Amino acid sequence: MSVITLRVNGRSHTLDVDPATPLLYVLNDDLHLHGPKFGCGLAQCGSCTVIVRGEAIKSCVTPVGNVSGAEITTLEGLGTVDRPHPIQRAFIDEQAAQCGFCLNGVILTAKAFLDRNPKATDQQIRQALSGVLCRCFTHVRMLRAIRKYAREMAI
Amino acid sequence: MTQAAFSRRDFLKGSGALIVSFSMAGTAGEAGAQRPTPFGGAPDDQLDSWIAVGEDGRVTAYTGKSELGQGLYTAQTQLIAEELVVPMARVRLVQCDTSITPDQGTTSGSQSHPENFNRSNLAQAAATARKALLKLASERLEVPVDQLAVRDGAIFVKADPTRTASYGTLIGGRKFSIPIDDSAERRPPGEWTVLGTAVPRVELPAMVAGEFEFVHDVRLPGMLHGRVVRPPAVGATLVKVDESSVRGMPGLVQVVVKKDFVGVVAEKPWQAIQAARRLKASWTPGVGLPSHGTFYEHLRKQPSRDTLTVDSKDVNAKLATAAEVVRATYAHPYQMHGSMGTSCAVADVQGDKATIWSPTQASHPLKRTAAMILGLPPENVRVIFTMGAGCYGINAADAVSYDAALLSQAVGKPVRVQLMRAEEAVSENYGSAYLIDQRVALDAGGQIVAWDYEAWVPTLGGRPGYETPGNIITGLLVGFQPAPFRPLTPAPDPTGALNNRSNAAPSYVAGCVGGQCGGTGTVKSERVLTHTVPSPFWTGPLRAPARLQNTFAHECFMDEVAARVKADPVEYRLRYLNDPRLREVVVAAAKGAGWEARPSPRPGVSRTGVATGRGMACVLYEGHNGYSAIVAEVEVDQATGAVRVTRMVVGYDCGPISNPDGLKNQLEGGALQGASRALVEEVVWDDRKVTSVDWRTYRTWSLGSDVPVVECVLIDRRDQEAYGAGESSITVVAAAIGNAIFDATGARLRQVPFTPERVKAALAARA
Repeated sequence: MSVITLRVNGRSHTLDVDPATPLLYVLNDDLHLHGPKFGCGLAQCGSCTVIVRGEAIKSCVTPVGNVSGAEITTLEGLGTVDRPHPIQRAFIDEQAAQCGFCLNGVILTAKAFLDRNPKATDQQIRQALSGVLCRCFTHVRMLRAIRKYAREMAI
Repeated sequence: MTQAAFSRRDFLKGSGALIVSFSMAGTAGEAGAQRPTPFGGAPDDQLDSWIAVGEDGRVTAYTGKSELGQGLYTAQTQLIAEELVVPMARVRLVQCDTSITPDQGTTSGSQSHPENFNRSNLAQAAATARKALLKLASERLEVPVDQLAVRDGAIFVKADPTRTASYGTLIGGRKFSIPIDDSAERRPPGEWTVLGTAVPRVELPAMVAGEFEFVHDVRLPGMLHGRVVRPPAVGATLVKVDESSVRGMPGLVQVVVKKDFVGVVAEKPWQAIQAARRLKASWTPGVGLPSHGTFYEHLRKQPSRDTLTVDSKDVNAKLATAAEVVRATYAHPYQMHGSMGTSCAVADVQGDKATIWSPTQASHPLKRTAAMILGLPPENVRVIFTMGAGCYGINAADAVSYDAALLSQAVGKPVRVQLMRAEEAVSENYGSAYLIDQRVALDAGGQIVAWDYEAWVPTLGGRPGYETPGNIITGLLVGFQPAPFRPLTPAPDPTGALNNRSNAAPSYVAGCVGGQCGGTGTVKSERVLTHTVPSPFWTGPLRAPARLQNTFAHECFMDEVAARVKADPVEYRLRYLNDPRLREVVVAAAKGAGWEARPSPRPGVSRTGVATGRGMACVLYEGHNGYSAIVAEVEVDQATGAVRVTRMVVGYDCGPISNPDGLKNQLEGGALQGASRALVEEVVWDDRKVTSVDWRTYRTWSLGSDVPVVECVLIDRRDQEAYGAGESSITVVAAAIGNAIFDATGARLRQVPFTPERVKAALAARA
């Protein structure tokens, strides 16, 4: 065990934790965040995605010791029910979910990519999402929501 | 936690109405504390079991059907809001908590909205409540009921709208104490303001903000984390566990062994995962598995339980005298539910009482079987449905609920278990494999005069129901047996009415049993024989179970026959369909797709390059539960064998449409999930174990896949009963794509999934 400082959604947390612990478990079980989710534990589905230094990473395979001190953003860090972030708003507008379990990975992966590549083509957006799954297959609506957010950013 | 002194029965006996606070009921804190009592059997006929009105006029409704991602929470809330004439925001729905909600069995089979819409359940309860409130208002306002009207949770005098009585003042906090009244009139569809509209999903704002509480997020005070260790091979049994292999690991609380069930409990999830990985357990080698490569032929040689859906007894004679017999064999693999989130449950077993937070589709049945697993009376077990990742059927939700309960019982503390991906893959009951032989007899004019179907389907276990915990893996591991397999040959003659729940009978036969013809078609010489055989793997319902596999074979074969006689596939289907609603969805989908009438394959097919084509398939789901037709358009790269689905047009009729956007969401998701299943999904194994254990070894479409446009043509019939919508679009997808590939290339795909290798083999086999 060792003492680690995590900066999550603008707040600092000091934790005594095994630094090899994947970040996901610390976010879920020590910080009680609901956004990042365990889907496969193998970096194959995207459910556990968080944004670190502007990049979408898979928290299920990232040792917490590797992100000590870095700014981490989870789904909760974008907006709230009352004040959703524009990309969250776009998903509500397009009713782009069924069970909702994959939303975390889809929204954060798309946001991180579009923030860096605001003029991305559809094909580039799809490429960026190729490591993210949705088993309800809400693909059509999700891609529509992501395009809507991209258009709003471009204005 | 203390055990508070209320139960469902106490609620119903007491004087107060059944009202749960508007905070997140059904999650830790509040819910864990309540003592369960027996309740089961038929849905409750008392209004107070379903509806309660608070003093503030808010409505709490209780349902035995749960949200699984299909939009049912929203649709059920719409039902209540419509029938009680209250705003959506004033309705709170409590789902599938065995202590306080009615037992409506399992949320499955595209039956859940129909059950609460059509029959004496949720909607009728709300209509009963409105009628009762009108009567109370009539007494209070001293005006006959027919001079009263309802708006926004209040009743007013039509002639003097200033004279009102709100629901809260009429009944707030008190019981109705009346049975559900089947004569209470439902709101006429012409006056609907909430039903029939695209009400947004109630949970979505919390979901996109990361504030929604899934079962994965349930945390109890003092809760520990468990992980399980499954047998490494099919049929392997435990020889020995070496507890010293994990002794001293940080946070480890206990190694739990019960017969062949092995698990570990630790303080933190990562500690539990590491302990489960390091724990040394030795197992027997298992039973060995039939070769994957020859599995379909293996099925033909197994002892079988035979069922005849229809048998006109003249099929052999018609085949013998036919101008031509067309035949083909179709194969469909085992497929996984493959939920996005691995299954998770939290259990708190204290002494002889247990509470389980579970994403199960079957809360009340699970209460009974979990009690068997724990050796407790069922009245001491409470199951609280808490939403999980989409399940699409019996994934590992019930198995992990047993896992959590066993581990919690062993340590006497609340335990949360979430399966690892590889364990999820061997803990679910797969959608079954199928092998189907089809034959039709044609007359000299190219008309079908007889249809002969013979199928082999392997089965093991299934839903545990109320009394068979051995139907899923954890039940077997602790010593319960699956429902026994009893061979029966030959099949007895069908009796009663046509039972086409599995869509074993194609749409084009008359479906005659005992002189009554319940099918949707006209072909009177018909035989539909199914051989159920033992499966080496667990099987159970996976979205459109058996219906999808059968419809794949029927609709591809119909296409083959149409091509054989050089008929347009839509026109040829319509020759044999006599159900007007099925005909209408076929025509609607074809029209929506701009269908060009001509035989398949497309004229002038080139044998190289990228070829394009279109295919049609249709079904009346389960013979009585939703009309569906799809036109799929594809591009086939004849060099690589890659199939790209470019467009799907869904024609759909489920009677009255309660929520058009929710319906479209289901049809779109079904269409795409169906395409993924048709093109890439297949469970594979070696000589001892399943080797599809993650998303590399069990492929699925990702968000990056080149998905087609999906267009929906909805037929709204407000004068009809509601049918389901969760499973019907997926049922026809594989056939529509297979038929489109044939149209494009002249190559016929008869085995799912249509991998590039199989496509190339079919292309090479073209005449």
